[in-house]
Amino acid sequence: MNKEYDVLVAGGGNAALCAGLTALDAGARVLIVEYAPRDFRGGNSRHTRNLRAMHDKPTATLVGAYSEEEYWSDLLGVTGGNTDEHLARLMIRATAELLPWMESRGARFQLSLSGTLGLSRTNAFFLGGGKALLNAYYTTAERMGMDVVYDSEVKSLCLANGAVREAEVFSMGETRNIRAKAVVACSGGFQADVEWLREYWGDAAENFIIRGTPYAKGVLLRNLLDQGVASAGDATQCHCVAVDARAPKFDGGIVTRLDCIPFSIVVDRHGNRFYDEGQEFWPKRYAIWGRLVAQQPGQIAYSIMDSKAEKLFIPSVFPAVRSETIGELAANLGLDPSALENSVRNYNRALRPGIFNPDVLDDCSTEGIDPPKTHWARTIDTPPFIGYPLRPGITFTYLGLKVDENAAVLMQNGQPVANLFAAGEIMAGNILGKGYLAGIGMAIGSVFGRIAGREAAKVAQH
Amino acid sequence: MRSTEAVDEARRVFVICNACRYCEGYCAVFPAMEKRRAFTAGDIGYLANLCHDCRGCYYACQYAPPHEFALNLPKTLSRVRAQTYTEYAWPKPLAGLFQRNGMIVTLAASASLALVLLLATDLQSSQILYGTHGVPGSFYAVIPEALMVGIGLATFSFAVLALAMGWRNFRRDTSGGSVSEWRSLFRAACDALTLRNLGGSAHGCNNLDQSFSQSRRYAHQALFYGFFLCLASTTAAAFYEHILGIIPPFPFFSLPVVLGAVGGVGMLIGAAGLAWIKIQSDPAPAAKACLGADYALLGLLFLAAATGLLLLALRETRAMGILLSFHLGVVLSFFLVIPYSKFVHGIYRFAALLRNATERKTS
Repeated sequence: MNKEYDVLVAGGGNAALCAGLTALDAGARVLIVEYAPRDFRGGNSRHTRNLRAMHDKPTATLVGAYSEEEYWSDLLGVTGGNTDEHLARLMIRATAELLPWMESRGARFQLSLSGTLGLSRTNAFFLGGGKALLNAYYTTAERMGMDVVYDSEVKSLCLANGAVREAEVFSMGETRNIRAKAVVACSGGFQADVEWLREYWGDAAENFIIRGTPYAKGVLLRNLLDQGVASAGDATQCHCVAVDARAPKFDGGIVTRLDCIPFSIVVDRHGNRFYDEGQEFWPKRYAIWGRLVAQQPGQIAYSIMDSKAEKLFIPSVFPAVRSETIGELAANLGLDPSALENSVRNYNRALRPGIFNPDVLDDCSTEGIDPPKTHWARTIDTPPFIGYPLRPGITFTYLGLKVDENAAVLMQNGQPVANLFAAGEIMAGNILGKGYLAGIGMAIGSVFGRIAGREAAKVAQH
Repeated sequence: MRSTEAVDEARRVFVICNACRYCEGYCAVFPAMEKRRAFTAGDIGYLANLCHDCRGCYYACQYAPPHEFALNLPKTLSRVRAQTYTEYAWPKPLAGLFQRNGMIVTLAASASLALVLLLATDLQSSQILYGTHGVPGSFYAVIPEALMVGIGLATFSFAVLALAMGWRNFRRDTSGGSVSEWRSLFRAACDALTLRNLGGSAHGCNNLDQSFSQSRRYAHQALFYGFFLCLASTTAAAFYEHILGIIPPFPFFSLPVVLGAVGGVGMLIGAAGLAWIKIQSDPAPAAKACLGADYALLGLLFLAAATGLLLLALRETRAMGILLSFHLGVVLSFFLVIPYSKFVHGIYRFAALLRNATERKTS
């Protein structure tokens, strides 16, 4: 850490490693400053599994083709136009060359087998998941001479005259100033700082589950915003899914998610339904349910089904709550039995006959109740009855730093900082105004990580 | 299969793995696990033996210690495997030999080696024992043929019987289906012969740490094929003697000697390689209690190969008599401990591969 570095990378996840590896290629001396201890290195990338990549013909691990236009229209669909088309298209096009580069740096892919929400055409899956990918990147980078310090946090960057002069790093109980010719900020969102979340969500924030790393506290993000760096993205927007309410507060990852919602009814803590559970295929609605649950009283909801639905989804890590009657199930979940019985009765009465098929948007729906359930609606009548408690689970927040096409961080006046770049969650809000597409976080992190690493090395060597 | 603390821990881990499934590209264990929502003790015994201990899942695991879920699948399954060796051992009263197995194998080997050497030096005249030979029949001059073949056949046959009973116990307990499905048998044999499950999608396994390599797979294959070449050498020797009427020692370029020499070198390389990898490797995903049994068997196989090769090299010198006694002592101890040593892993792993091939076919 006492050496003079060309490029200092704040953060140790996918974007950070892509930046570091690219800067190393250009001959730069690189230091990675990772807040987490070694065992938990890698930010939220540890919990990821795949990356969305455009391709015009089948590859070793991707079937069919996925064009720039289709990718763009998928992104447009989830963000409702709340995106930067120039940056988004640049990112999409760059994913076409990403996989071979990743493989050359040690990444390994697998064919998607099961439980992957049917993404084998659009998303490339990392063999063993994100932690295995990160292990490979770290191994390659260390072999190429990159230095890494763990348990070390970049607290602030000193901006003066349009450039970063110094980084203030807290490490091993003391604060040191490290000089580097260029800095890449890859330190993630602020989702693990509950106090910051409270600024927008109030007391509801206390009931959020943080699915990923507890080290994404947004310290550097706030430090830069306070120094007049332009922001991108809405502070209340985030990737937020419904998770099992029994999940640990932090770092529960993938195993806490519940895919049962389309085959169930979901009620709030008063036992009332509040949204169409069968609106669309689950992969397309997966990322809206966190917000929906966050908007309910007490930020809790309950997915209720009968034994017919049990085999239709991947089991959660927590055992389902089961009972022989709806009333008993309600009592076991802490709900008012008569209220839940009432909701189930009303729902059962509103069902229209149809042919159930989980693989298509079938014709099993309700009539005359509000909200309706428009697909996969079947009677809840076959014991044992099953329930899961749900909470909002935040993956990452979208408020970030505004960047240009070189991943250079922009000041509020629109001028880029000469030697400061950003990649990953800390700038994903430029592209993700709202909503989410599976695997796009890793795509943004990888593409902008590489751009940031390239540009940082260029600046450092001038 | 009894429900023990190790089995309960494996069940806890599988419930978490089954909700994650990130590791499904590594080996056969994960797709087999995904077919189930509940895990009987028999299922866990089966999955534990299907695991080849490549450790890919440990390094990839986002829930590995110090995470609060503290998943360590390779270590957990190693402990269950050790339990299956005890549970399926035959005859039952000898199952206790799997406790402190490293020590027991070492003691048994030392005892039978000492016995053979004592008997040879005590019963045989020193003129014959320390004389120079090199003529047909010289081995049998040191140790009479009837004794050598009789004891060898008796101990080896018992080992085969005990292994077969263990195989039967395992298949009963884990509801293995019928062996008469030739295609499944063929697939299982291919999996075993290529060690497909140590291949990790062509990248090898995590022998030492998070990096990948094929060295453990190749070392195991050297030992495995070396061992079978030595068995083939013995069979060829019997054929030479009883059908062709040629009395050992056989010429250098005869089939039994060539097979035995190549096999012996393979065993030396394989056993030494596997032990070296074990010494170097990260202890975190290993079950410490199993290591003794691993080293004991590797040591015994190494010794068997080394003494055999030494005997070949020095069979025309005065050292032949004592080397022959030494080699046969080691081989005898190996035959004795076969059903009560790490050797049994091959039987149960093949049974698990067979069941897996049957399952894959029917799904």
